[in-house]
Amino acid sequence: MLTKVHTGLDAAPGVWWKPAHKAEKVWVAIAFAWCMVLFAMMPLWHWRGGQNPSGIRRRVEPRAFYARTQEFAKQYQVGTDRGLPIVQPPAGSDVYMTALTFQWYPILQLTQGETYRLHLSALDVNHGFSLYPLNVNFQIVPGYDYALEVTPTASGDFRIICNEFCGIGHHTMVGRVIVLDKAGQRVSDNANARLGNGATP
Amino acid sequence: MSATLTASGAADAFRTCAFTGRRIHRQAEALVKANAVVAVVSLLIGAIAALLLVLTRWQAVHLLPAVWYYRILGVHGMNMLIFFIIYFEMAVLWFTSTALLNARPANPKLGWVNFGLMLLGTILVEWMQWSGKADVLFTSYPPLKAHPIFYLGIILFAVGALLVVAQFFATLVIAKREKTYEGSLPLVVYGAMTAAIIAVITLLHGAIIYIPTFLWSIGVIKSVDPQIYRMIWWALGHSSQQINVAAMVAVWYMLSALTVGGVVLNEKVSRSAFVLYVLFISMASAHHLLVDPGFGPAWKVVNTSYFMYMAVLASMIHGFTVPAGMELGMRLRGYTQGLFGWLRRAPWGDPGFSGMVFSVVVFGFVGGITGVTIGTEQINIIAHNTMRIPGHFHATVVSGTAMAFMAATYYLLPLVFRRKVAFWGAAKIQPYLFAIGMLLLSMGMTFAGSFGVPRRHWDISFSQAPFSVQFNPAVDLVLAVMGIGGIMAVTGALLFIAIAVKSVFFGEPLGEIVPGRAVAGVPQGLTNPPVHPANVDEVNERLHRENPSWIGPTPGTMALVGIFLAAFVVYYFTNWKLLSVLWKVG
Repeated sequence: MLTKVHTGLDAAPGVWWKPAHKAEKVWVAIAFAWCMVLFAMMPLWHWRGGQNPSGIRRRVEPRAFYARTQEFAKQYQVGTDRGLPIVQPPAGSDVYMTALTFQWYPILQLTQGETYRLHLSALDVNHGFSLYPLNVNFQIVPGYDYALEVTPTASGDFRIICNEFCGIGHHTMVGRVIVLDKAGQRVSDNANARLGNGATP
Repeated sequence: MSATLTASGAADAFRTCAFTGRRIHRQAEALVKANAVVAVVSLLIGAIAALLLVLTRWQAVHLLPAVWYYRILGVHGMNMLIFFIIYFEMAVLWFTSTALLNARPANPKLGWVNFGLMLLGTILVEWMQWSGKADVLFTSYPPLKAHPIFYLGIILFAVGALLVVAQFFATLVIAKREKTYEGSLPLVVYGAMTAAIIAVITLLHGAIIYIPTFLWSIGVIKSVDPQIYRMIWWALGHSSQQINVAAMVAVWYMLSALTVGGVVLNEKVSRSAFVLYVLFISMASAHHLLVDPGFGPAWKVVNTSYFMYMAVLASMIHGFTVPAGMELGMRLRGYTQGLFGWLRRAPWGDPGFSGMVFSVVVFGFVGGITGVTIGTEQINIIAHNTMRIPGHFHATVVSGTAMAFMAATYYLLPLVFRRKVAFWGAAKIQPYLFAIGMLLLSMGMTFAGSFGVPRRHWDISFSQAPFSVQFNPAVDLVLAVMGIGGIMAVTGALLFIAIAVKSVFFGEPLGEIVPGRAVAGVPQGLTNPPVHPANVDEVNERLHRENPSWIGPTPGTMALVGIFLAAFVVYYFTNWKLLSVLWKVG
């Protein structure tokens, strides 16, 4: 049953559709089964898992989104840091954040264990939302509103790093998210520093 | 046999290869040479850029200023991912379609025109990038805008490459019609043909997206939708790396045959795996958009699972058939001792062999496993745009494709350029230096990314940012590993370039080769060709008969793929575990 021994440099016999040896069949079957496991994990996580990039997605005019963000910031502003409003929206509400060169607007103050609908978009070019030190990353595309249901499970002082090249000041683009503990208090222990000391994966 | 032996009118068009007895068309050979030379020049530019970048990302050194970091990053991307790789692939297409089929090339004059088109495009792109008129990085996502000539250069390059691919197909038709070979295409040519088909798909996507972007840059159309750009651009950006994969696998089969007499276990299995690449690889580019706002979960899951995993399956099949082919080839030649005797007795001093083996191992174990894992819809949340991404693709494109191409070069120098490989002692260690360096670089980047270090970022000390960011101290360590690995790898690449340039332009002519007598500067696969015994089919029957179980005639490979699968499973589920502890998001 075996074909004549030949290398990949030799012209193959005209009819090369010959049965494979059992060893090859076994490996192909194992590899295929593993690929099916890889596939099954994704729908499974949508069903049972807590982290999915689904969200609500729609097109939006970039300037309109920025105007909506500014309106939102004015409505719930509780303070100011480095010229940016600190905004504390009520639990369960729609929260807006605009990425623009080279700034995340505004600063959010959320509460641990509460759920928010976080709308992300950009005013000008592509940006990358990277919540540090958790390492949660989303792409921000101008003209698209990405609304993600977010529930902070830990309190602390978090950062947003831009991780999509957006121009020459890209590396200065850092934002801030404060998460109050369940009692509504700012944690004195800085999560950024704490997690920075070895708690990140 | 002399070169002027053929009696036909095209007598001077061909020479006869001293090693293989194959007819080599002179014009095709000249095209192989031209493409290879430009490929090496691009590699040189890309490698110098790589050194500057790695010394900037290694935060303790932080060499370049911000403007030049981003500029050189764009230069590095274009030279390595596009120019070096595609020029080399053009050389592979010309070589496989003519030399391996004993055929004449379709219209070599047109081949030169197309080569000129590609070269013109290359020069325009380099000019724009170096002069700071295209600081948009390799991906050039709009609304970031570059000078129109940058887009024009890419279009010219792509059109030239597309026409060369068309000539490759025309050459296959000529060979078939003129009956220069019997039976079906050799597997290596079949693999190259797969690469060519994927190249057509890829380059068409490039045209679809770069033509409107060019028109936008000169003001003819008002805007290019940034999300649609990302979708179609990645059908160019990622699929172009699938041309690499197919070409690389073809090179694996070629080097396996040349160095150890590797055989094809079963044509059906290997060819079907190549077909899977053609069918499913384009959809795999969707995994760049897993955390993008423009697409729903169903679209993401379907494109990255049903479709991408069929391409993953193809790679896992080649990951078995290539080493198994080598193992069986060695066993047929009498190296039957134990599970790994064939591997121990393999020609590790032959850079064509060692480079190919490292290409298979690093591509599979590091590039493959990380790629499939971070290309999972949800796991991408902890990977997107972090250094895990370049960590992954340096293991595939560089440790995989570039290393395979370097290994192939050690055979192309004597076979095509008819020169001895210069600096032979250095050439023997070059694959080791390059492989270890790239391995350290890839691992350093991957771990830095796991700590949240962003890719394409000039300053992770955030000295000019409004809020401080303190990375885990371990990041300093892994970035140092990346830096040291990068320096080693660049040294390896420069060594390769020195060897290639010296051999091609100032190399010692081959002289007479006596089978069985080793010559410095000529790989052992040519001086000591791995010949199978005359009764090889009988031996093959016996090896199969003696191993009737599911383990088959290649038990060593079965053990190796078992280890591979175990590593894959562990890494994959560890990432799900890491993901599960994050904030709830959905």
